[in-house]
Amino acid sequence: MLELTHASVEFAAAGGPRVRAVDDVSLTIPAGTFVVVIGTNGSGKSTLLGSIAGTVRLTGGSIRLAGHEITAWTQHARAALIGRVFQDPRAGTAGSLTVLENLAVAACRGRPAGLGWATTAALRAEAAARLARIVPGLEARLDQPIGSLSGGQRQIVTLVMATWHRPELLLLDEHTAALDPAAADRVVQATARLIREERLTALMVTHSLAQAASLGDRLILIHRGRVELDVDGPAKRRLTADDLAARFDRLRRDDQLDDAAAQTLAEAYV
Amino acid sequence: MITLLSTWTFGIALALVALGVYVSYKLFSFPDITTDGSFTLGAVVAAVLLTKGVDPFVATAAGMGAGAAAGSVTAILHAFLGVERLLSGILVSTALASVSLVSLGRSNVPLSGTTTLFDKAEAACGPAFIRLGMEEAVAGEAARLALVVVFAAGAIMALYLFFLTQLGTAMRAGGDTPSMARALGRNTGLMTVAGLALANSLTAASGALVAQYQGFTDVQMGIGMVVWGMASVFLGAALVGPVRLGAALIAAAAGSVTFRLLVASALRAGLDPDWLKAATAVVVLAALVAPRFLARRQAT
Repeated sequence: MLELTHASVEFAAAGGPRVRAVDDVSLTIPAGTFVVVIGTNGSGKSTLLGSIAGTVRLTGGSIRLAGHEITAWTQHARAALIGRVFQDPRAGTAGSLTVLENLAVAACRGRPAGLGWATTAALRAEAAARLARIVPGLEARLDQPIGSLSGGQRQIVTLVMATWHRPELLLLDEHTAALDPAAADRVVQATARLIREERLTALMVTHSLAQAASLGDRLILIHRGRVELDVDGPAKRRLTADDLAARFDRLRRDDQLDDAAAQTLAEAYV
Repeated sequence: MITLLSTWTFGIALALVALGVYVSYKLFSFPDITTDGSFTLGAVVAAVLLTKGVDPFVATAAGMGAGAAAGSVTAILHAFLGVERLLSGILVSTALASVSLVSLGRSNVPLSGTTTLFDKAEAACGPAFIRLGMEEAVAGEAARLALVVVFAAGAIMALYLFFLTQLGTAMRAGGDTPSMARALGRNTGLMTVAGLALANSLTAASGALVAQYQGFTDVQMGIGMVVWGMASVFLGAALVGPVRLGAALIAAAAGSVTFRLLVASALRAGLDPDWLKAATAVVVLAALVAPRFLARRQAT
């Protein structure tokens, strides 16, 4: 279970006022829930994900995961509990290492890396089986540098790496955004299948309203660092991409009105 | 014959610098200026201990330890104190110039009268080479060459095997893509410390060997070593193209020997030694640019 209690991230923009990228967010996500997170550009959804992964420090509140208070944990310490797939496949894999060597590093996630051989016959067999289960044919490329794979294939390997040891939480940060539509579709299908089969707790940030409507057990819409919409169950299942698009339009209109009001006030009083 | 053997011996002794630069620059993407300082430091520590009568193996190992410590300081400055990579190396290398001078007591110390690793190698292998029909002087030089070959081959083998272990593979991953390594639970700061310690211990070993080979230690002997190391790595890469880890390590060492042979040939052909450093820079530039230029020509 993931619990965020009054989580806030505040930082000073260069030369500007302090900005609350995540503003007093409290969430409880039970184990085994697949949550899709959406939001406008700059809404704070990636900062929220970063604060859970440990790349961004909370300036207020706390995070508990699987019974551990992880607020003060470093990113690499949190990796014992969290699997992560980045937006850019190059950020989640080491391009100069082979596919098998990348998987070998993942096989050591959350445990000390020792002086045993990284790529054993047992690891090779397991890696081949896992890859073949998701994308048949990929297992034949275990000994090739991962940099020689396409973006979609590389992201599939990253997904296998992130889930090699069952994570308490899987974080997917717009992990199909850098892919072409066909590859993105394959990766989304593979992701959804893996999460369903392994009953993983997952938080997926996406810009695709179609993905947001069709995937996951629960949907959270973040706007201006706050949870604007949080639906699950039948309400989530009824949501369509059009509903979400209409919601986005309303938020944008409200933002414009807010900006116009602020402008008027500034002109009247300053 | 002796001159040729000597050129090879020098080139292979300096191959350890190339291996160190391969680890820091190619595996960790860290342009490590500490190399200049740790080369001298290795030579100084070995010289100080040799003149006190310490066993040359122990003296060389102590030099390597000092180099590892220097590399660790550079990595700590960068990874934990946020100092920029180049600057952290420059700071440590600058400080090492004083450390080496104070440790040595003066700018140059001869090692005559001490027992060096090369004396031991000559005593161990010389008679065998003479029995094979070599003249005494040639046999002595061949024994010295054999010693550095053993060192370089041992270093290549040890690096290759280490980088195939779980820890070594994780270190390579951390050097290649730190975000990936951190997301998989690796402390990339500590890995950088370990990587630079390893790289500079190799460089210091080279310094200790070169000092023992040439029979003296000079506090300025490390100047330009980082460029030598890079020249060797780039030259090796230009010779063999993109290859896997084991071949890349051998190529870096081969690059050092090739570079030494080029330098020796240039000097023999009449190059003013004052222009040696400039010639080195030109070779580095050529080794960097030539593969790209050739690839572009092949593409068009």
